[in-house]
Amino acid sequence: MPKTPRMKFSELANPNRFMRMAWWMIPLFAALAALLLAWGLYLGFQAPAERDQGITARIMFVHVPSAWLALGIYSAMAVAALGTLVWRHPLADVAQKSSAPVGAAFALICLVTGAIWGRPTWGTYWEWDGRLTSMLVLFLIYLGIIALWRAFEEPLSAAKAVAVLTLVGFINIPIVKFSVDWWSTLHQPASVFRLDGPTMHASYLHPLLISALGFSFLAAAMIIAAMRTEVLRRRVRTLNIFAAGEAR
Amino acid sequence: MRLTASGISCARGGRTLFTGLSFALSDGELMLLTGPNGSGKTSLLRQIAGLLPLESGSIVCEGFEREEETHFVGHLAAVKDALTVSENLAFWVELYGGNAADLAGVLEKFRLDRLASLSARVLSAGQRRRLALARLAAIRRKLWLLDEPDTALDAEGRAMLVGVIAGHRAQGGTVVMASHGTLDAAPSQEISLAEVMRTAAA
Amino acid sequence: MTRAILAILRRDLAISLRAGGGAGIGAIFFLSVVMVVPFAIGPDQKLLSQIGPAILWVGALLASLLGLERIFGADAEDGSLDLLLLSPLPLEIAAFSKALAHWCATGLPLVIVAPLLGLLLGVEMKGLGAVTLMLLIGTPAIAFLGLIGAALAASLPRAGLLIAVLIVPFTIPVLIFGTAATAAAITEASPFGTAFKFLCALLLFSAVIGPVAAAAALRIGRGA
Repeated sequence: MPKTPRMKFSELANPNRFMRMAWWMIPLFAALAALLLAWGLYLGFQAPAERDQGITARIMFVHVPSAWLALGIYSAMAVAALGTLVWRHPLADVAQKSSAPVGAAFALICLVTGAIWGRPTWGTYWEWDGRLTSMLVLFLIYLGIIALWRAFEEPLSAAKAVAVLTLVGFINIPIVKFSVDWWSTLHQPASVFRLDGPTMHASYLHPLLISALGFSFLAAAMIIAAMRTEVLRRRVRTLNIFAAGEAR
Repeated sequence: MRLTASGISCARGGRTLFTGLSFALSDGELMLLTGPNGSGKTSLLRQIAGLLPLESGSIVCEGFEREEETHFVGHLAAVKDALTVSENLAFWVELYGGNAADLAGVLEKFRLDRLASLSARVLSAGQRRRLALARLAAIRRKLWLLDEPDTALDAEGRAMLVGVIAGHRAQGGTVVMASHGTLDAAPSQEISLAEVMRTAAA
Repeated sequence: MTRAILAILRRDLAISLRAGGGAGIGAIFFLSVVMVVPFAIGPDQKLLSQIGPAILWVGALLASLLGLERIFGADAEDGSLDLLLLSPLPLEIAAFSKALAHWCATGLPLVIVAPLLGLLLGVEMKGLGAVTLMLLIGTPAIAFLGLIGAALAASLPRAGLLIAVLIVPFTIPVLIFGTAATAAAITEASPFGTAFKFLCALLLFSAVIGPVAAAAALRIGRGA
């Protein structure tokens, strides 16, 4: 059966600018991340021991930025989902796909550090506290998104389906968060330890913000590296289809 | 009515099936789509139906609403085994707002009247195909998009299909049909998708 | 439009209720879940009657997740989905009707058997009434949310487990307010009104977002 498959060369050419930018962005962001994390860690160990919890409170320099990033990356994925569905930007679905595992990793780090922190503070590794439980649900949503990516053969179909799911999640997450908070106050009125942003002492706030910035650069470097891998993977895929067509 | 396609392209799975395809259809015309398997006949029909987005170009309908005036009969018969033959047809008539009174007549025309109350599970491939085609007669639509409608039909079935298509055209209807050329339905136009690719590649 | 909606309801119900439709299997699964719990925690009648309503909710949630893939999967397989997309009925309305038919065939039986299963767990009369009423509001909300997963995975074969995994996080608010309203109705200790109102709000919300998101997913899924 004669076939004349023709590759769309735009698919190969399109993300070239991104690929050139990724070349300097990845090492730059990684270096910034290393510097900021080192600095934040140094300041963190300089910080005086917390009144009630002693030195264990220092785990928040990892725990809190992870929580912020898990939420932040999801928001970025929702924007990328709009990019896929509305503006049909060729890099939007690559960004969506590459962000999901990184976001899931930060959600997991937040859960694990929360459990480690919970052991000396609460006396158990896991407390069904509103914040941790919401993060567990977010982690589950991340896993669902990754599972949906893997369920489709065709990257474009996957991207569009995942985009719908991401946006549905974006609408639903505040509802889940609200109901989990409502539920946790219903069952256990007082939380053991609360971070009340502005009232926090500067010796804790500074290292927290610096390490949050460091983790953000780390996340950016990992996401861009994953995006570059994904673009290359798609080029290979297109070339394979092209080669299969030529061979006929 | 008039259906105009200008410069449309289609790509599936990173592979371009056709580019720069243009045609115009008016009342009473039958356009035949030919080409080998995988040349994009089904994709083109789905694009005309609006089930598949256009890679480039445009399809313009003048004098009718594509959403409200299109029949699509694809490879799959959309027949539910759990329902009887007449229930299957009645469902689409209700959903598409057709005339529910004349179902018996339509079933008779498609030689399904004696099977009407039987479960669709027992139908042969040809009978199943005739049940799918019966939608054409039961619900009035201007534009028919038929994807190899003669598959599994016997000589009598093919003759009946040719008659149904001729009747539709006589009433001013338009048909786009993908076929391997086994059906002699006197097309007014023909597009060979293999030809389209060859000229595009040259 | 009413005619088209009724046609979808009649057809989907007929398909589920006739042989091979599997309408009753969800209820049997529900029974199995409820039966398994006492084996796991022991025949402590007092404890069972205390957590009975919660077990019924978890069982109903799990049973509701079964068979979601049939909502669009079967139609995608036999070509009916294309015709549904091309029909003059707005796809959101069609999706809503299909979810409603799905709930009538699979969700409503769960609500009906819930008080009987509650008896097995030793839930008292008042609790039986409360859990049944709350399931009557909660299970359609779960079905409308499940509709989104069903639409996302319409073109995927054997997507049942995937759909369940995708949908569970979004059903958590229904579970929280459903169980809270049930508990409040039984003990009258905590405010019943709040949880009940939130549960009703969730039903309305999911009845809108479910069909809209499902229709978007179906349109996109066909095109790609």
